Amino acid sequence: MPAELFKALRREPDAGTNVTAPETARPLIDVEGYNFYYGSKQALFGIRMGIPEKQVTALIGPSGCGKSTLLRSFNRMNDLVEGSRHEGNIRLGGRSIFDPALEVISLRRRMGMVFQKSNPFPKSIYENVVYGLRVAGQNDRRTLDAVAERSLKAAALWDEVKDQLGESALKLSGGQMQRLCIARAIANNPEIILMDEPCSALDPVATTKIEELIFELKKDYTIVIVTHNMQQAARVSDWTAFFYLGRLVEFDGTKKIFLSPSQKQTEDYITGRFG
Amino acid sequence: MLARRAKDLRSQEAASVLHIRLADGRAVRIPTGKIIRYYQPNALSAPERLGMAVMNFWRFLSEDPREANTEGGIFPAIFGTFVMTVLMSVLVTPFGVLAAIYLREYAKPGLWLRGVRIAVNNLAGVPSIVFGVFGLGFFVYGVGSFVDRWFFGEALPTPTFGTGGVLWASLTLALMTVPVVIVAAEESLASVPKGTREGSLACGASKWQTIRRVVLPAAAPGIMTGFILAMARGAGEVAPLMLVGVVKYAPTLPLDGIFPFLHPERKFMHLGFHIYDLGFQSPDSEAAKPMVFATTLVLIALVVLLNLAAILVRKNLRRKYAGGTF
Ligand SMILES: Nc1ncnc2c1ncn2[C@@H]1O[C@H](COP(=O)(O)OP(=O)(O)OP(=O)(O)O)[C@@H](O)[C@H]1O
Ligand SMILES: [Mg+2]
Repeated sequence: MPAELFKALRREPDAGTNVTAPETARPLIDVEGYNFYYGSKQALFGIRMGIPEKQVTALIGPSGCGKSTLLRSFNRMNDLVEGSRHEGNIRLGGRSIFDPALEVISLRRRMGMVFQKSNPFPKSIYENVVYGLRVAGQNDRRTLDAVAERSLKAAALWDEVKDQLGESALKLSGGQMQRLCIARAIANNPEIILMDEPCSALDPVATTKIEELIFELKKDYTIVIVTHNMQQAARVSDWTAFFYLGRLVEFDGTKKIFLSPSQKQTEDYITGRFG
Repeated sequence: MLARRAKDLRSQEAASVLHIRLADGRAVRIPTGKIIRYYQPNALSAPERLGMAVMNFWRFLSEDPREANTEGGIFPAIFGTFVMTVLMSVLVTPFGVLAAIYLREYAKPGLWLRGVRIAVNNLAGVPSIVFGVFGLGFFVYGVGSFVDRWFFGEALPTPTFGTGGVLWASLTLALMTVPVVIVAAEESLASVPKGTREGSLACGASKWQTIRRVVLPAAAPGIMTGFILAMARGAGEVAPLMLVGVVKYAPTLPLDGIFPFLHPERKFMHLGFHIYDLGFQSPDSEAAKPMVFATTLVLIALVVLLNLAAILVRKNLRRKYAGGTF
């Protein structure tokens, strides 16, 4: 991708941002030699990377290279897959997420997840947002109201739905639904937001809205986003990891990856020669 | 005392007799005690006749039967059918849904699961009379006599629960219709998208919370379909009921204004059995013919009505969470 295009896409001024090399940034998530298997099929091979705190990390790579698998490993959604297993370790804030003393539920409360296909529950808009609190046993009306408003405002949806909070979430438009899912993901006040191709089913206007939202959210949250859209990765992320066939090929500052990748494979993929 | 008074009344009644001379010159004597109401059809105007017909039909629906069921109304049978069907549906739904949740969400695939599935499917093919025999043996003689011994000991040897009753009849039919509910509920659970479940888990919900709060509401319309099918199957069933609590004439209703309102041990009347009784057990089946047809119509109308009510509920559920996506 030509340098001018990259510059044009980036909204941030290049100078003054706290972008440092992945090795020196304080990682919130540490992936240490992580292998993952679906039955006998190995999907991830010796992944080793650190996800920096309060920054946006993009995972890119051709279809089937294991981006979703890695993302879903972070909040242990892959536990649900029959016959799956892993080797190596992932640490969250220094503590292994596979520690038997650590409850999966409390781990998942620390990470909001936004899926490729928006998946609102068959409930009202309000109940969708406060769902995470409800299942945690929080039923105090005032707390819930406050969280609903804060989360919907943070997801830039409040103005559109504040008069119809009691209506079914399934009546919203696709883009609104996805923002509702983001509101739901941040209602638990997580440290990390995991996003798996959050814009792939949306039109450009809705996509822009979500990208702007990511920009806002990264002030408070660490964000990991899987995307197939190179421009999107360039626009929203601080760090980019390129995966190929289950291996991490290159992980560096987004600018570095897009302007002067050190691996030939990365360059080929970014310039659209394959993938 | 009472006997003397009754004899007095009866002789008074016999004393007043209506003498009529018919058009062909015959004289007829009718004791007034046998007259329930009279009218002159030829003297009626059209609207009066219509009113008469409506009144007659209303009496048919709302009155107790007379003359060994061959005359009068069928109200106790309508009411009995209604109570039994509702009770059965209320009993079968939670049971069927729980079974479906177990089969779909918790059971590990394997020999056991396959065995249970086959058993459920076979249950659907068992003739209903066999369920009646089972209900009699298990519910009435087994559970019923046990309950009697423990809770109604002072009433023995007269059985309270140890004989057919509306509760045992409902349970028997619930058992018969449970495969329908299980299959329908399982299908609708399976149709809840994986993404919805994952979304709930990712919010920090446990598996059971996910099922209770997200999967079941999403599957509710499909579960209602199972409920409707079960109701339709159960409401028209007669054969097993004859063994577990339906009677030709029940002096009391299973549900009334006397505490505790629902009397699950009472025997009850049922439209289906009423049809059988009128058409095949009455002394003059030719004379009972109109009653048989009318009762059949009422039975069908009742089933349609119950189904419509359930369909309305389902429509409401659907609309509440309808997705007008994109
Ligand atoms: N549930 C599963 N069971 C078995 N294999 C799976 C499962 N999910 C994914 N895989 C396999 O693991 C590999 C990585 O899949 P993954 O979904 O992580 O890819 P991806 O990079 O997210 O692709 P895409 O960009 O298309 O979403 C693929 O080869 C896929 O076939
Ligand atoms: Mg994927």
